[in-house]
Amino acid sequence: MKKSKVFWIYTVLALVVYAVVQFMITSGQLDAYYTNLMITILINISLAVSLHLVIGITGQFSIGHAGFLAVGAYISAMCTMNFNMPFIVSLIIGALAAAVMGFLIGMPTLRLRGDYLAIATLGFAEIIRITFLNWEFVGGASGFQVDQQTTWTFAFFATLVTIIVISNFTKSRHGRACIAVREDEIAADSMGINTTFYKVIAFVIGAFFAGLAGGLFSHNFYIILPSQFGFLKSFDILIYVVLGGLGSMSGAIIAATLLTIISQYLQEFPETRMIIYSLVLIIVMLYRPSGLMGTKEITDIFKTKKQRKPVAKGED
Amino acid sequence: MEWLQQLINGISLGSIYALIALGYTMVYGIIKLINFAHGDVFMIGAFVGFYAVTSWQMSFFPALIIAMVLCAILGVVIERLAYKRLRNSTRIAALITAIGVSLLIEYVTIYIRGAQPEAYPKDLVANKQINLFGADISSQSLLILGVSITLMILLQFIVHKTKVGKAMRAVSHDAEAAKLMGINVDNTISATFAIGSALAGAAGVIFGLYYTKIDPLMGVIPGMKAFVAAVLGGIGSIPGAMTGGMILGVIETIVSAVGFSLWRDAAAFIILIIILIFRPAGIFGKNTREKV
Repeated sequence: MKKSKVFWIYTVLALVVYAVVQFMITSGQLDAYYTNLMITILINISLAVSLHLVIGITGQFSIGHAGFLAVGAYISAMCTMNFNMPFIVSLIIGALAAAVMGFLIGMPTLRLRGDYLAIATLGFAEIIRITFLNWEFVGGASGFQVDQQTTWTFAFFATLVTIIVISNFTKSRHGRACIAVREDEIAADSMGINTTFYKVIAFVIGAFFAGLAGGLFSHNFYIILPSQFGFLKSFDILIYVVLGGLGSMSGAIIAATLLTIISQYLQEFPETRMIIYSLVLIIVMLYRPSGLMGTKEITDIFKTKKQRKPVAKGED
Repeated sequence: MEWLQQLINGISLGSIYALIALGYTMVYGIIKLINFAHGDVFMIGAFVGFYAVTSWQMSFFPALIIAMVLCAILGVVIERLAYKRLRNSTRIAALITAIGVSLLIEYVTIYIRGAQPEAYPKDLVANKQINLFGADISSQSLLILGVSITLMILLQFIVHKTKVGKAMRAVSHDAEAAKLMGINVDNTISATFAIGSALAGAAGVIFGLYYTKIDPLMGVIPGMKAFVAAVLGGIGSIPGAMTGGMILGVIETIVSAVGFSLWRDAAAFIILIIILIFRPAGIFGKNTREKV
């Protein structure tokens, strides 16, 4: 009962934040630039949280997340532009397409471990990108024109659903199985956990929400190009998760928010931005390999007072 | 004799991949790390060769040697500064650091000299067409092939006949035991990085000679493909890297020759995934069992 109370408190809090920002947008206090920044932050949060499930919770080092983003972006854009579907339907179709892709990619590659998995996912993301590059129906290299339809409301609720589903999944029996896979795959296997099943499930859910974010991404700016979904995009998402702390969802959210704001201000100097990113990544890995938050959540700070029930998180 | 010509082109391209793949496979064999920055060492090699040829008026062979030396130094610096501390940390931490180092090299290069591409001078080595069994083969591809085969023979000699090579084989077999036998593991790992990076530097100069155009992000795709070549041959195996590189080069040339040149880059990754599913140890690799 206590858990559900906490859940409702956070949900109400989120709705209050939504209402305040929505009010500020309608009353004109936030102009188009800042509204766009807010939407970009939300998209990046969804991406970070969906990758967090794959890397942070299940411990599968996938560095091809931009591939799923691309599938969601292109499929949903195709639905709205070529088949005149309503935006919300095409968002869901894009996400489902990404999930199917995640299943198809996950089945063969998740048998691999560590380094090989990283390279295979990277390779798949490249294949997806090259496919869109060579597909004339979606504009090929010259890009695909998409109407601007993403609003603060859509972006907010999509992100909220992403966070709620993934955090509840993590706390469930299945989430604990995924954490067991992360901690020690062989031990988890010998305890009767179907490791392949959980790895694929985590991968598919991650791909689904990356695809959802992709739909928001493609309808946020008037054109999408295959070059937007290259290795650097995957790397951007990876750094949110790594910097926030492998295994900490709130860490991923904080890192995604901060880095989006920072990169917005460094937009004029893309090289400087990448130099700072890569230096931060190296220094964090050398001196604090668990990331800023480790496996802790920001809500753990409030829990220290009355620790009646040690909740199953990363530390068990 | 179209096919013979294509075969020679494929082997020339493949020997570039093979030279890069050797560095991946040696480093992986010794510290079990995918050195993502290796493709960028290759890029630095191409640029050093370019500046040696254009600014310092060197001819091809001195430029090749200076690129190899500078890349060897760069490789050792990367290993000492970034990877050395990570030997006992998790694989993911090491991999992320390697990605970080790779991006750092790319964007520092762009920061220093801009992102614009450069072109190797055409007349660096005389290019004649040699007619062999009805196929027109450029002397340049023969030169590339000659240089890479010489370097590979040199590498085989170093690995099998010298003390450093013996130490390298010992460390990659069992680092702890090698340490107990009095081998300086740190220096041996540095030597591996130096040799691997020198080969990548040589590949960079050869690439510049063959494809003319070089730019700061050119290392990413050949780097990944060379990794595919290393996996194809069996990662950790030196003859495997050579064979894998050649096979990959020939397959890519065939894919472009039959008219799918836009899909050329995808071919390598499709091969990677097929090989990882059906024979993850590669052609020359041994199957290893996971121990608890």
